[in-house]
Amino acid sequence: MKPAKTIVCVLFLAVFLASAHPAGAEGLPAEGGVLPELSPSFVLPKPRDGAVIIQIFSMYCPYCQRNAPTVNRLYEKILSDPRLRDKLRLVGIGVGNSPFEVDLFRNRYRVAFPLYPDGDYRVHKKLGEPRTPYFIVVKINPDGTHRIVYSRLGEIGDPEAFLNEVLNLTGLKK
Amino acid sequence: MMEKTKTESVRRFFILLALAASFVFPAEGGWALSEAYKGNIYNPGKLRPRDSRLKVAVGQKAPDFTLPAVGGGTVTLSSFRGRKNVMLTFIPAAWTPVCSDQWPGYNIVEDLFAKFDTVILGISVDNLPSLYAWTNQMGKLWFPVLSDFWPHGGAAKRYGLLRRDGMAERAIVIIDKGGVIRYLDVHDINERPPLEGIVKELEKLP
Repeated sequence: MKPAKTIVCVLFLAVFLASAHPAGAEGLPAEGGVLPELSPSFVLPKPRDGAVIIQIFSMYCPYCQRNAPTVNRLYEKILSDPRLRDKLRLVGIGVGNSPFEVDLFRNRYRVAFPLYPDGDYRVHKKLGEPRTPYFIVVKINPDGTHRIVYSRLGEIGDPEAFLNEVLNLTGLKK
Repeated sequence: MMEKTKTESVRRFFILLALAASFVFPAEGGWALSEAYKGNIYNPGKLRPRDSRLKVAVGQKAPDFTLPAVGGGTVTLSSFRGRKNVMLTFIPAAWTPVCSDQWPGYNIVEDLFAKFDTVILGISVDNLPSLYAWTNQMGKLWFPVLSDFWPHGGAAKRYGLLRRDGMAERAIVIIDKGGVIRYLDVHDINERPPLEGIVKELEKLP
């Protein structure tokens, strides 16, 4: 095959493959959408008619380290409200972190909520490879389906204000 | 004869398909960037995992060096002899994905390294201003960051860790208090060495 013909063929096939796999097919989680299937790496908790806050973090991320005490205070606020304790879950996913590295982060910052390792970046890739920290809030419907109501990059600020926003977005504020 | 031509055509088709796919689905990187660096990280893509020839071995005396530190002054490796174990962490380049995702982790486990009476020396071939700007994004590092910029990669070269493109390998060198190399890991440049592997080696130090 002549070189020019080869180049044309490769370009044609590349365009065909790209159209079959549009960019952003595994983009960042969109508000109003649903999470991609993340199991078996991560199984989404499903508090009945509740919500889940997912923190995407890394032990190696300076902002995640700096934000850890604030996220802990958020968790304390959730636990201290008997109405929210069973309705609103907070979990962290340590992207690119081994179980050992997640444990180090947990112990260093005395994190009391569940943290899961994603050592092979499988979850991270499925979520569109967000920079860290990244927070996702999903509303769990009574039928077990869910909807993303918050999907944003960056640290959370005042935990009280963040919690209020989450309660408003999920309809848990009554 | 006809069958052979058909087989060859099918083979060619799959080669072209693989080539086209490599443009559409580039190799996935094993790293997660912190927002600390905003959009300022340069991604060099997937690099040859290793591109140098080691000049040292476990059991040998570690070649000495004196390098300027980001915080000012210089640091000489042999100044730790008889006092501290030393972990050298060579990284390829500032403002790149995996490197930016390595030292901040060491920064939160100072107590762990203290437990093994070990200091860390971070080494990069970048110049001081670049290292200053980059490490500032990591928060305040408790260990010195040294510039192996001039003569370019001099320290990395003495260990056989300078790549042909002028970057250093991503390497961990653990040196005991007697100045003897106890552990060497010239890691795949595209991946971060797991911390548990380092801790396991620190546990073995005399």
